[in-house]
Amino acid sequence: MSFGIIFLLSVVYLLVLFAVALWAERCSKQGRSLTNNPYIYSLSLAVYCTAWTFYGSIGRAANTGIEFLAIYIGPTLIMPFWLIIMRKIIRICKVQNITNLADFIAARYGKDATLGSFVTLFMVLGIVPYISIQIKAITDSFIVLWQGIEQTNKVVDSLDWANEASLYFTILLALFSLWFGTRSAQTTTQNQGMVMAIAFESIIKLVAFLTVGIYVTYWVFNGFGDIFNQTNALSITPNLLLIPNNGYFNWFVLSLLSGIAIMFLPRQFQLAVVENTNEQHLHKAIWLFPLYLFIINLFVLPIALGGKLMFGNSINPDTYLLAIAIQKGNYFIAGLAYLGGFSAATGMIIVETIALSLLLSSNLIMPIVAKSNWVADKHLSRISLFSRRFSIAALLFLAYLYYQNVANHYSLVSIGLISFAAVAQLAPATLGGIFWKNSTRAGAFAGLLAGFITWAFTLVVPTLISAKLLPNAWLSVGLGNISLFNPNALWGVTGIDSLEQAVFWSLFFNVFMYVGVSLFSRQSSKEHNQAELFVDIFKYSEIYESSVVWKGSAYIPDIKTLLTNFLGVDKTNELLQQYAERYDVTWNNKDQADSRLVTFAETQLAGIIGSTSARIVVSSIIKEDTISIDEVVEILKESQQLLSINKELATKTTELRQATEQLKHINEQLNEKDIQKDEFLYTVTHELRTPLTSIRALSEILYDYDDIDTNEKRHFLSTIIKESERMTRLITQVLDLEKLESGEQKLNLSEVEIIDLIEESVTAVKQLATEKGVALFIDIAPFMPIFTADKDRLMQVIINLLSNAIKFCPSEQGVIKIQAQIINNNLQISVADNGLGIPLVYKNRIFDKFYQAQMLNKSKPHGSGLGLAISKKIIDLHHGLIWVENNEQEGATFFVQIPLV
Amino acid sequence: MKVLIVDDEPDIIMTLDFLMRKAGFDVFIGRNGAEAIELVKEHQPDLVILDIMMPNVDGYEVCTYIKQTEQYKNSKVIFLSAKGKEVDIERGYAVGADFYMPKPFSSRELVKKAKELLTK
Repeated sequence: MSFGIIFLLSVVYLLVLFAVALWAERCSKQGRSLTNNPYIYSLSLAVYCTAWTFYGSIGRAANTGIEFLAIYIGPTLIMPFWLIIMRKIIRICKVQNITNLADFIAARYGKDATLGSFVTLFMVLGIVPYISIQIKAITDSFIVLWQGIEQTNKVVDSLDWANEASLYFTILLALFSLWFGTRSAQTTTQNQGMVMAIAFESIIKLVAFLTVGIYVTYWVFNGFGDIFNQTNALSITPNLLLIPNNGYFNWFVLSLLSGIAIMFLPRQFQLAVVENTNEQHLHKAIWLFPLYLFIINLFVLPIALGGKLMFGNSINPDTYLLAIAIQKGNYFIAGLAYLGGFSAATGMIIVETIALSLLLSSNLIMPIVAKSNWVADKHLSRISLFSRRFSIAALLFLAYLYYQNVANHYSLVSIGLISFAAVAQLAPATLGGIFWKNSTRAGAFAGLLAGFITWAFTLVVPTLISAKLLPNAWLSVGLGNISLFNPNALWGVTGIDSLEQAVFWSLFFNVFMYVGVSLFSRQSSKEHNQAELFVDIFKYSEIYESSVVWKGSAYIPDIKTLLTNFLGVDKTNELLQQYAERYDVTWNNKDQADSRLVTFAETQLAGIIGSTSARIVVSSIIKEDTISIDEVVEILKESQQLLSINKELATKTTELRQATEQLKHINEQLNEKDIQKDEFLYTVTHELRTPLTSIRALSEILYDYDDIDTNEKRHFLSTIIKESERMTRLITQVLDLEKLESGEQKLNLSEVEIIDLIEESVTAVKQLATEKGVALFIDIAPFMPIFTADKDRLMQVIINLLSNAIKFCPSEQGVIKIQAQIINNNLQISVADNGLGIPLVYKNRIFDKFYQAQMLNKSKPHGSGLGLAISKKIIDLHHGLIWVENNEQEGATFFVQIPLV
Repeated sequence: MKVLIVDDEPDIIMTLDFLMRKAGFDVFIGRNGAEAIELVKEHQPDLVILDIMMPNVDGYEVCTYIKQTEQYKNSKVIFLSAKGKEVDIERGYAVGADFYMPKPFSSRELVKKAKELLTK
């Protein structure tokens, strides 16, 4: 076929595709949605079947038999779970206006722009090879059709015109994708034209493949039986219909990869999630889509075997589909086959580049632009559009470069699987994100990074080595000549093929790091909000806008201006009108926007510049409050962390309560001290008043009256002297106590004979006792040791106790007994009287200063009230104890115990 | 004129007794509240010089009794107390005292006040 016809055919096909898209869009503008039905939705999912399916499967089948089926069994098996997984993801994306997987992951882990950028970069790196094999497929099929079968064996890159052809196709596809994908600035407005075009494309490739299949099976051969019989007769490939003994792991790995790919490949995500118009469509899609896969694979094996029968190993089996018809001279069938393959490849390229450009623009370029202040907000939507266009061109250019340098050396399937393995790395963070509330940003990052590094090392490095971009020694021995770091046999594990071990290790490290780091890191509150929202989306989606993610306030005019910058005046007014109707709000007289409106605005903007950038832009006009405790607690209530946090709160509360108690206690003590001090002061002055009263009054009398008789005068004077002495004593005691309390007073230690101590004290009070008619008995145990103490101070204590006893003993009948003995290496001195005894309540308090005055409020105190307080201080300084007990019959006994050491 | 001195400090009693005698009054002496009330009933004094802090019946109670009893309410009462706080003084006037004199008191002032009250 001539170059011109084939190229024309390609361009015409693209124009038809575009017409279909335009038609769908026109219908949608008229309010008639063509894509809003489960059949179109299911067909659009068939964008999964690319040139890989079209050419690659046949090639794979010719070499390894039914193993190619694993790529379709994975998606078929995972489809029923879409009702759980994808329904959740779709709902989350709708609620938060998320337009791609990187955005999704970033949003889940606290709207973290860095994470989004990383995922984007990873995806671009992972998917570019995949795009490049589509270019390779188109170019190869073009060359086979143009130059004939024998060209398929030549190394394509040695042919200048092949280079040129691939470049032209790349440019053509780039232009088409640009035209297709970037006509509107808003990305969440669903691209119905694109969906319709892809559905159309899916029909074309299915029809083309089936036609070629029927042609080969029934025209070239005589049905399935004929082909299988001939194959058996030649026994060229006896085991193609069996799974080899060591092949189960391979099947598992391929099914796993493809099962993940069907959900998370950028183009699949775009069509399955972003372009989904109704969650109910999933119910049909879960059987329609596998049916499509089943039908399109019906003729793979017959064509592969037929090709093998016709060509043996003389040509590249990837081209059998075209070669059989060409060989038979049927250019109509060949042209149809080419068209099917072209359609499969272009469909993939268009959606993939559009999806990736959105990724790049909203997760890599726009966050940087939005954060920097280079451009005014009103230019942002133009920049967003431009960055998407630029991304499409750049992606295709990258894919072209990869095709030129690397992809040429590999089969379609092996390159495709590298991309699948890359996408598989996103699965832990994504699936964990919607089912595991406690997974953290750090965990996601660690997992992705581990997965990425392992993926790059085990799958990308070998392709670069064979393209001679890296030294061959890495493959034959290992990185740095260490066999553990051999990309094809990591850790020295051999015996499974390089893809299997790559997938195994990358996913192993990915999941391990994701789970491990998540368990040992904490979520921020924003992260926690999002985790809660994602995992329990069905609970929250109804109330999302009214529930709070933003807790901030902004001015309505600011929000309006912001929206206008991106959406234009009409669209903004329309949206705000809708919002007002939905929530029954009136804008009048209300210039403060609530968080619901702010969230609404952010969601709208997210559709244009991506959620991360939207957040940055919106935050510029918002005074964001930290989320209030109430809201956090509300959300926490639902979570598994509840228990531990409650516990923590309880502990905190208890600590707080304890602290409060302590403070209260201290405060009470201080108050009491304060009161005591006042009391002390008052009592001291009071105590001074009584003697002073007599002194003053009597002195005045002596001065004023001349006619006092001598006896009376003497009596007055002796009273004055006595009261003066009383005052002096009191002052001395106050100062004494003050000294003891402040710690100023040091003990004057010496060797003390216990007998001396007691006898001298008794001698001091003998006079007093005799006067009152009180009997004093001394009882000192024999062999008392000498001990170290301040003798004068101890005497002061004993004298005080004795004089108190005398004071409270009944006159003439008083009996006081002083005893000294050794108990447990302590010297114990006791003074027992037969007075009234001490009421129990006062037992401890009588050692407080002036307590006597307080306890007997109504009568005048006997003595200063400081004696016992001073005694206690002195005993304290001797590290001893002083206490009082009531006797069984009558009176009380004071005990003093002093350690002898 | 009859003056009743009520206090439990012998030195104070001695002093007051001397001052009141020198001022020309008949002096009666009580050593606690209960005794004071008995003496009031017995002698109906014109002036009572009352201490406050006394065992059992205190000065306030004695004063209250005097001022609430029709028969004795014209007797003048002077509180003579070591309790010098505002509240104590206020309470003293509240129960009907004619004068409140904190200790240490001036003997001259006390005599002057006693004469003043009794000549009214």
